[in-house]
Amino acid sequence: MQQLLNQLIQEGYFHGAPMELVYAGFMLLAAFVVLSFFVAPLAGITSWLERRVWARIQSRVGPNRVGPQGILQWLADGIKNLLKEDIIPTAADRRLFALAPYVVFAGFFATFVVIPFGSQLIVADLNIGILYLLAITSLVVVGILMAGWSSNNKWSLLGGMRSAAQIVSYEIPAGLSLLTIVFAAGTMSMQGIITAQGWAPWNWFLFYNPFTFVAFFLYFTAALAEGNRTPFDIPEAESELVAGYVTEYSGMRFLFFFFAEWGNLYVIGAIATTLFLGGWQIPPVTDHPILAGVLQFIVFFLKAYLWVFVAMWVRGTLPRVRVDQLMSLCWKYMVPLAFICLLGTAAWMVIWPQGNRLASFFMFLIGLGILGLFLKRVSFQIRHARPVLYLKPYI
Amino acid sequence: MDETLRSEGEGLHTEDMTISMGPQHPSTHGVLRFVIKTDGEVMREAIPDVGYLHRSIEKIGEKVTWHGYVPYTDRADYLAAMFANQGFCMAAERLGGVEVTRRGEFCRVIACELNRIASHLIAVGTFAQDIGAVTPFIHALRERETVNDLMEEICGARLTYNYIRIGGVGYDITPQTCDRITQFLDHFEPIVDEFNRLLSYNKIFIERLAHVAPITKEDAFQYNIVGPNLRACGVKWDIRRDIPYSVYPELEFDIPVGTGEKGTLGDCYDRYIVRILEMQESCKIVRQCLKMLPKGPAIAKVARKFKPPAGEIYVRVEAPRGDMGFYVVSDGSEYPYRVRIRTGSFTAMSLIDKLSRGLMVADLIALIASLDVDAPEIDR
Repeated sequence: MQQLLNQLIQEGYFHGAPMELVYAGFMLLAAFVVLSFFVAPLAGITSWLERRVWARIQSRVGPNRVGPQGILQWLADGIKNLLKEDIIPTAADRRLFALAPYVVFAGFFATFVVIPFGSQLIVADLNIGILYLLAITSLVVVGILMAGWSSNNKWSLLGGMRSAAQIVSYEIPAGLSLLTIVFAAGTMSMQGIITAQGWAPWNWFLFYNPFTFVAFFLYFTAALAEGNRTPFDIPEAESELVAGYVTEYSGMRFLFFFFAEWGNLYVIGAIATTLFLGGWQIPPVTDHPILAGVLQFIVFFLKAYLWVFVAMWVRGTLPRVRVDQLMSLCWKYMVPLAFICLLGTAAWMVIWPQGNRLASFFMFLIGLGILGLFLKRVSFQIRHARPVLYLKPYI
Repeated sequence: MDETLRSEGEGLHTEDMTISMGPQHPSTHGVLRFVIKTDGEVMREAIPDVGYLHRSIEKIGEKVTWHGYVPYTDRADYLAAMFANQGFCMAAERLGGVEVTRRGEFCRVIACELNRIASHLIAVGTFAQDIGAVTPFIHALRERETVNDLMEEICGARLTYNYIRIGGVGYDITPQTCDRITQFLDHFEPIVDEFNRLLSYNKIFIERLAHVAPITKEDAFQYNIVGPNLRACGVKWDIRRDIPYSVYPELEFDIPVGTGEKGTLGDCYDRYIVRILEMQESCKIVRQCLKMLPKGPAIAKVARKFKPPAGEIYVRVEAPRGDMGFYVVSDGSEYPYRVRIRTGSFTAMSLIDKLSRGLMVADLIALIASLDVDAPEIDR
């Protein structure tokens, strides 16, 4: 994208305009396009899909009225929430209260700058991509704390405090497991990390060595916790804290929090895909740049969406952990494990600087084995699940 | 925020936070209110505040006829309406010397045990939801819906049955209904296993409940804890076996007690698992009753103007929330002189204050859910 812009500037399309303004304008345009044509429908459709998947898990039907199979439900919800009255409690800190949803949303939305959807499809390939990601997602905590504090509601405050403790803690294992990959790839740029992997699964960093394999699951767990997802959804635990930090919000401001949450699911999947699962890498099937770009986008999207689906599945299955258990899980198990992964990868790189093909292949087989066991378990559950008993009415 | 604490050493000024939990809180099952004082996440105390659902059911008893009061007893605990029906009818029968027909007794037991399954399904379902797992809740309600359908077939109502009348039951159970009940039991018994796979032996679920708020036997006796909550403390006490009524002495069933299999004896997990086991026992009882169901009328002939001789009586039945007692006084007139209902949830509420000290906020939710307190039953 940047190259294209530079080329346009050199060819004199923006003659006379200051360079900074051109860049700023271009960035705004990109943000607008990404937001309205990708992020909003994505978060919306994720919300619809989550409700449908969840409903299927719970033997319900789920929203199926608006559009085919209810796929436009998110649009209806969005319009409804836009039309709702925007209530700000009199006791609330008005300015902070109004600002908080945007801060949360900005923290989530800004991550799309560095997500590589294809070899050409990236807003800006920063050379500090991962650092930027970690930094910008921390903004979410600030927003949640602001929401919790400014609502002037004790449940909100409790939710905000829980959230701050949780997200700040879980950033450490998440960051450390991402750092493992930075070690292996030798770069922080998202595109650089993807190109350091190959299209084949045994070339992915997931199977680079046993430590990165563990780091992936550490990252995914920590990311679920950072995204306030079940089983770590304690900041908005509806049975404990009413609705946590969103208790006092209504209308569009309320929606913004959930917009961020659902969108964040995809971001989690996208980061996991970029770092561990080979990103947009496809086998060399075509030389056509546009066709290749489309294929790359599809591959990346599906890989990332798989993890969104897993998160939905987890949400439908597991209960919620308690606050102290959450903290002890993070500090007693995940942080030490993440450190071990980091040091292990470092040692691995000293021993085999070019990586070990045999070990990668072996790890790939282990991964397949785990997947097989998982599928076996799932099929057992499906075979032993009993359908709804339907008693036929007499009349 | 009347209590101010100073933490040692640092001179940091901290205060306890007083929060009003309820009556609109999502996990206070109906309209309960707790005034909780917390130090961050840790509870200092939780004082229950009851009375939001008081409908003076006991007073109404003095104003309506004996027959006319039966529908009101439904509302005493609408999740287990059958048991309040039975309690009051048994009291009236014993006062008036009415002999219940044998078929009527079996119909009562079938209806009651089906109702117990429904009530326990709500209990474990909402328990799971309070712990944060929504799927088991909906699975439990799905099964309860089938029980409701069966109840609708038996007596025409899904929630407030008014099925058990003085002298027997309102409607006979038809053979088709018997088949359907068997069909349901065949379906339901494996469901319990599925439920166990999904929830009971889930690691997070066990971690959340084991060792949380254990009730000792002494506490249970002192605070008059009854029913599954008492049995979870390891006390094998069940009115159906120990003060037998109806046809329960003829039936074979176990009384599941808590064993502390995952944590301390009498903790939240024990209270949960006892309910799961009781559902299986109820299934056994219903199967036996269906087999033994005798021929004959479902209801005895009782005078329309029922006037039991003057006297008083206390009758106990084993409801899903424990020993439900009816103290009824008759002065020989068309109306009861006094009706008093004793329920399990009310006494269970009194223990919450003692148990809640030092728990986390999330544990309080688990505790309330594990005691299976039910707002209508507390206030009546």
